[in-house]
Amino acid sequence: MTPKVVLVTGVSRFLGGHLAARFAANPDIERVLGVDTEPPPRDLLRRMGRAEFVRADIRNPLIAKVISTANVDTVVHASVTASPAGPTGRTVMKEMNVIGTMQLLAACQKSPKVQKLVVKSTSAVYGSSSRDPAVFTEDMGPKDLPSSGYAKDAVEVEGYVRGFGRRRPDVNVTTLRFTNFIGPRIDTVLTRYFALPVVPTVLGYDARVQLLHSEDALAVLERATLHDLPGVYNVGGDGVLLLSQAIRRAGRLNLPVPSMAVPTVGGFFRSARLVDFSPDQMRFLNWGRVVDTTLLRKEFGFTPRWTTQQAFDDYVNGRGLKPLIDPETIEAAERGILDAAARFR
Amino acid sequence: MAGARVIPLHDPERDAARRSRHVEVVPEPEQQQSATPDWERRLTDLLSFARRRIAGDYQIDEFGFDRDLTENVLMPPLKPLYEKWFRVETIGLNNIPMAGGALIVANHSGTVPLDALMTAYGIASEHPAHRPLRGLGADLVFRTPVLGALARKGGQTLACNADAERLLSSGELVGVWPEGFKGIGKPYKDRYKLQRFGRGGFVSAALKTGVPIIPVSIVGAEEIYPMIGDIKTLARLLGFPYFPVTPFFPLFGPLGAIPLPSKWYIEFGEPIRTDVFGENAADDPMLVFNLTDQVRETIQQTLYRLLTQRRNVFLG
Repeated sequence: MTPKVVLVTGVSRFLGGHLAARFAANPDIERVLGVDTEPPPRDLLRRMGRAEFVRADIRNPLIAKVISTANVDTVVHASVTASPAGPTGRTVMKEMNVIGTMQLLAACQKSPKVQKLVVKSTSAVYGSSSRDPAVFTEDMGPKDLPSSGYAKDAVEVEGYVRGFGRRRPDVNVTTLRFTNFIGPRIDTVLTRYFALPVVPTVLGYDARVQLLHSEDALAVLERATLHDLPGVYNVGGDGVLLLSQAIRRAGRLNLPVPSMAVPTVGGFFRSARLVDFSPDQMRFLNWGRVVDTTLLRKEFGFTPRWTTQQAFDDYVNGRGLKPLIDPETIEAAERGILDAAARFR
Repeated sequence: MAGARVIPLHDPERDAARRSRHVEVVPEPEQQQSATPDWERRLTDLLSFARRRIAGDYQIDEFGFDRDLTENVLMPPLKPLYEKWFRVETIGLNNIPMAGGALIVANHSGTVPLDALMTAYGIASEHPAHRPLRGLGADLVFRTPVLGALARKGGQTLACNADAERLLSSGELVGVWPEGFKGIGKPYKDRYKLQRFGRGGFVSAALKTGVPIIPVSIVGAEEIYPMIGDIKTLARLLGFPYFPVTPFFPLFGPLGAIPLPSKWYIEFGEPIRTDVFGENAADDPMLVFNLTDQVRETIQQTLYRLLTQRRNVFLG
């Protein structure tokens, strides 16, 4: 079933905005509504074309009116976010994520027109610990429940979504658990982290990182909206990078920090407005996380175009990250040593 | 041009080495000279390895196994230990299939899990297919900084059914030491007496994936650190499962940590098939217990046989 009227939350951010733009470019969709608390940046707004922007707070019951008067039949909830805005961001972020979802779901439940709900969740719901299995499938739960931050928000959001699914069995609910996004255009905690000239890591740990290209993420969200594919799916690129390996591929320097000093260093980076890591993301840097994407391929019918490594390289090239040591210098050095060795023969 | 040497015209290995080199542009003088000396080939390998590491140009599997690092950095230091110190002799390596999933179940001993490393090295170096052994380790290993990261890079992963089944169904050779800490941390007087074999989780993993179980008996590892005592308080303080006291440790400090040079035998037994029990066999606890016992008995009997054949701990 192709949706007629689509409502997208979180359009002032990369995913929501570009998703609304894709729907606006699709002639089969009659109307596209974009909701957010703040207007999208101008270039994003221009891309969105005929999509209408509604400045509304999804924490406010007003959202119910928007949904019912516009006869919205498909809701894409893409505003659950990991990056807090501003210094007091974390409480606001939690409210936006959890209370916003509750209000939105309440509005959807009231409106009989709503036929489909697509939720952007995260693989952070699996938590991150040393006792984890190497690869998570959709039926696994976290070993210890994330106690704070984005991961906890996402767990709660998924709980409310499940509750909604029970109360409205006629609605197709698709929950997408994304791994970390990467790409030349998207701005996340991770893209800022790898852009640091010296990248702090936790001494003695090397996380396995699975990434998803932001274009793949958009394609998955679009597919979930245009087709009826209810269920919970892990979404991530093929293959794995080790954190140390990713830093090397980006040509950055790795600065291992003893785990005791990690909170201090994290605080420094937060106050310097460089990277704002929440405790659960810090844990992610310790252990990493890999998800199984068999369901995505077999049942959802999507194969990511970029592998983790390709997506990361695309990010490095697209951002124009200059490696601190030029690969050509290294190759020249290698050649030089070999030539010298050949002379000694 | 000292002395005339026979130069093979088409030595594929050397050709490959030459092709991978960057000095390919000026190959003429080399071809006229004698073949590339061994040290130079090694230097080439070393440099290209270093370049790959600096550029991050290598592949990691989803468990964190870094084949490049394992083969070039982690494995080579085990060679002298394997060949010169313990003089390990392997028996029945042909019982390990050339490809496809298989579960290696071995006894565990020696205070420090050197037996796991030696088994892995033995298979990687002496088995014709040079298969990497993917060990399943305790969560203490992965919780420990440095060690946990290294263990993952070396191909180990957490001992849980999800990981074991995933590895086995993707056709890997998986190693388990079901005795766990009870095995390696047992006192010297209990040597070669198998401890309890966990809950048989490894058997159900094998049953679910239908791979053969290969019982492995390791003789010699018990004597490397004869554990005559266990300082429980210190162990609790440090979070270790035990704190060993051997005749030389902690008495002689770091010197006491040198393992005794016992002579080792590793025997790989006949594979036990698990694909003959039909579907849902893993849900039959009786079958799981029986198979667990069968594996345990096989290892124990082989250990006794190897021990009766052994005349001297150090000379074999």
